[in-house]
Amino acid sequence: MLSFFTKARIRGGVHAEEHKAITATQAIVTGFPLPKTLYIPLQQHVGKPAEPLIRVGEQVLKGQLLAYSQGLISAPVHAPSSGVILDVNDYPAPHPSALPIRMIVLETDGKDQWLELPAVADPFQLAPEDISLRVGAAGIVGLGGATFPTAVKLNMGRENHIDTLIINGAECEPYLSCDDRLMQERSDQIIDGVRLMLHGMETGQAIVAIEDNKPQAFNAMLASAQAYPKITVIQIPTRYPMGWDRQLIGYVTGREVPVGSRSSEVGVTIHNVGTAYATHKAIRYGQPLVSRVLTVSGGAVGRPMNVEVPLGTLISEVFDFCGVDARQTARIIMGGPMMGDALPHTGLPTVKATSGLLALTASELKDTDEQPCIRCASCVSVCPAGLRPLDMANNIRVNQLDAAVDIGLKDCISCGCCSYICPSNIPLVQYFKYASGEVAARQQAQHKSEQTKRLMEARNTRLERIAEKQREEEQARIAAKLERERLKAEQEASV
Amino acid sequence: MMILSKPNSGAHIGANRSVRQIMWQVILALSPATVFGLWCFGWPALNLFIITVTSALFFEAFCIRLQGRAAKPVLMDGSALLTGWLLAMTLPPWAPWWIGVVGSGLAIILGKQVYGGLGQNLFNPAMLARVALLISFPIEMTTWANVSPLFFSHSPGLAESWHITFSGLDNLDAYTGATTLGYIKTEFSQNRVLADIMQDYSPILSFIGWSRGSLGEASTLLLALGGIWLIRAKIITWHIPVALLATVTVLASIFHLADSQHYISPFVHLNSGAMMCVAFFIATDYVTSPNTATGQLVFGAGCGLLIFVIRTWGAYPEGAGFAVLLMNSATPLIDHYIRPRIYGRDRKGKPLEIPKP
Amino acid sequence: MYVLYAIVSLTLLGLVLGLALGIAGKYLKVESSPLVDELEAMLPGSQCGQCGFLGCRPAAEALAEGNAPATICPPGGSTLAEQIAALLGLDLDLSAVKEPELLVARVSEATCTGCTRCFKVCPTDAIVGAPKQIHAVVADACIGCKKCVEVCPTECLQMHPIEITLRNWRWAKPTINPAGNALC
Repeated sequence: MLSFFTKARIRGGVHAEEHKAITATQAIVTGFPLPKTLYIPLQQHVGKPAEPLIRVGEQVLKGQLLAYSQGLISAPVHAPSSGVILDVNDYPAPHPSALPIRMIVLETDGKDQWLELPAVADPFQLAPEDISLRVGAAGIVGLGGATFPTAVKLNMGRENHIDTLIINGAECEPYLSCDDRLMQERSDQIIDGVRLMLHGMETGQAIVAIEDNKPQAFNAMLASAQAYPKITVIQIPTRYPMGWDRQLIGYVTGREVPVGSRSSEVGVTIHNVGTAYATHKAIRYGQPLVSRVLTVSGGAVGRPMNVEVPLGTLISEVFDFCGVDARQTARIIMGGPMMGDALPHTGLPTVKATSGLLALTASELKDTDEQPCIRCASCVSVCPAGLRPLDMANNIRVNQLDAAVDIGLKDCISCGCCSYICPSNIPLVQYFKYASGEVAARQQAQHKSEQTKRLMEARNTRLERIAEKQREEEQARIAAKLERERLKAEQEASV
Repeated sequence: MMILSKPNSGAHIGANRSVRQIMWQVILALSPATVFGLWCFGWPALNLFIITVTSALFFEAFCIRLQGRAAKPVLMDGSALLTGWLLAMTLPPWAPWWIGVVGSGLAIILGKQVYGGLGQNLFNPAMLARVALLISFPIEMTTWANVSPLFFSHSPGLAESWHITFSGLDNLDAYTGATTLGYIKTEFSQNRVLADIMQDYSPILSFIGWSRGSLGEASTLLLALGGIWLIRAKIITWHIPVALLATVTVLASIFHLADSQHYISPFVHLNSGAMMCVAFFIATDYVTSPNTATGQLVFGAGCGLLIFVIRTWGAYPEGAGFAVLLMNSATPLIDHYIRPRIYGRDRKGKPLEIPKP
Repeated sequence: MYVLYAIVSLTLLGLVLGLALGIAGKYLKVESSPLVDELEAMLPGSQCGQCGFLGCRPAAEALAEGNAPATICPPGGSTLAEQIAALLGLDLDLSAVKEPELLVARVSEATCTGCTRCFKVCPTDAIVGAPKQIHAVVADACIGCKKCVEVCPTECLQMHPIEITLRNWRWAKPTINPAGNALC
């Protein structure tokens, strides 16, 4: 009975129709035909964009460094295949706006020839710092979609002496099953990656958390982890957004991460299973992150599948390979249907963050016929962050952004639960994204007006100084003239 | 290459539930009690029901047209239908036609549209209308027909029913009486004790709905079943009904145990008046009840307390309408003070402290 | 009799309090309205004249007298408009006000002669360059006052809308459908 009054282990959340079975039951397709041209954005991660170090026309090998990371939080970019650099210029980014971003364009030569890679015989002999260095050099970022540079996280984990590493195998987004398949087929490699991460962070234990709708993945991971007492594999309830790091940390460890802090400050670091797999490849074989497994699914997809594609492949080529019917496609989504971004067209490249590409038909989409809010408060009860979306949206609708911030706009994680559940089809998340952007823009405007004022004052004081100086010079000149005249008069008088 | 439309934010998929579906499910949950009640009180009840619901739809369409909008899509959301339906269920079944029309007008125009339409009203429209009618037309609103089911020999026929609805009842005393709660209140004022008053009271008949009252006061059984179905269908949560019924039960038990001759038992409380209808259908109205589970518990308990107080010490035998309206006015306050704790923050909104190892 | 007492006492009370107010108004009068100073401090102070007044001080005076709307200052944008509205206690409906499109000056490199006239008039020193060299505008510092455009002899300075990039792209506010189910 007492447990009734303690903090609930899962807050809010929804259970959406999964649509996972169709892709989760087939093996990952590895024979994706090598595209003729790859478009590799210089920024595929949180932080500063990478700086290119190749020249147009240069021959590169697969895995060769194309752009190095600059700054503390950044990640390098490598050649996904061998070939010639065609261009380094602005091309449409895989983003809802499809605005241009700097990319390296690589024309493949079809040989797919690897650079000679530095394999490590026994990585556990390496110093922990060395592990992070190598992970950083391989361009690995959080492959769950957050794309935070993994090396930075490993370093933070080591510096904060964290006690638990959580491996996120929740994959709570509907439709997506790439992590599920990866765990089913490559569990040994993932567990090896987890061990390497533990070594790199000098952490005692790892917990692999898998939603209970993936029993095969769970069994495979359990079998692979059996030999390693440091690694436990557990099942967690299937409920979106279980894969939200804070929700998972809360469920697995009972800890709550304060607003404005990182999870490492409460002794936990969280990595995705895909990241662990990439770490394994980077340390054992020296392979940088040049390809990823992604789910292609949705009602308009003829052959839904999980497929391993080179980074930089255009979405149109992936869709052609999977038989997407363009006429039926009502919306293209990169990522999952809850948090993913709708893309305006398919001429955009896949990047490190692309966990899924969905081509949804109109019948799969949420109705857009917006009705008045009936205050049913479903959004309040599903919000995992404990916000009141309906009140926030009402404030934003009448442009009271400050009021929306006061009741928690900045704590919104855009998980989409409120939009999903809303019976009135109110685009709540879009209201919050708009308001967050507007608040940021206003802060910038405020900053600019202060700067303008400073510049103005500086200019005015400068102009005054110049005027003062001119006045002084003028006075000196007049004084000199008077002096001269006086002297002249004196001379005349004396003569 | 496919070119698609403007940027859309997630979630791209949605739960299969619209406002219209919610309204229709509530109506579905109400219909067993409604049908049974209509059968119990015969043609005049059906006349009034149809008049009330139709005029509610008419007033809604009228207001929407005044705003220069197309009325059909708004009517299709079912909210006006539900308001009219709920109002009809709280009226005396043999009340004259104009009671239904005036009530619908009050509910839709004054209770809902002047606030800005669906979702904006402070008070439950049906309860607002009922209370306004009760205060304005006390005679018509407290004339309760005897149970006279359809196709029974002593029940009014179709032609007679038109007369009752449109011209009024000629022989009042033969066909009408007091509700259980009204009867008890009157008898208490004659200084009689409960043991005498309750001699003729049949809990079973009252439970299934074979007693005087409005459609929403008649069948405890069917209304409760409808309400429980709504909870199971996840249209409403258990918080308000449970808090309301539990509060009334606890208070009634305490007073009944202390003085069983002057305070009616919790069973009679639960089994009479609009208790079930209010607990499951009126107090749980989304628009006018709090947003959080805790707030809903407070709201439900407040309704229960007020119902008990008004029934026991107030001037009116039944206090459900007043109780709901009073608590409706407290809803913004409840929502202001009882809010969910934001993740990573304490109740006051400050970031949590990092626990020291 | 009671009535008389009431009338007399209330009249006396009114007279005394009125007198007190009148005296207070005369002796405690604030000479210059601090409101104008406060408003002037909020305005950008670049004297750009986009509001139609000669500078920020006259604009602040107009605002204080209620002769100008809170949205008077284009460089200040909606942020400033909200602050002004809050200070003056005005109701501000920003949705009715169309956000003016912000423009910044850009130098056309083909026609710039390096005459330095533009950066002499720039109130925020947003134009950099040297005599006989092509000038450039620091877009972040430009407030769109168009003073440089007016003095440029070769018309090489033109106003352009701020370029939208991934850095300043923002989600649009959801539009409420035309069917009119709007909450008003």
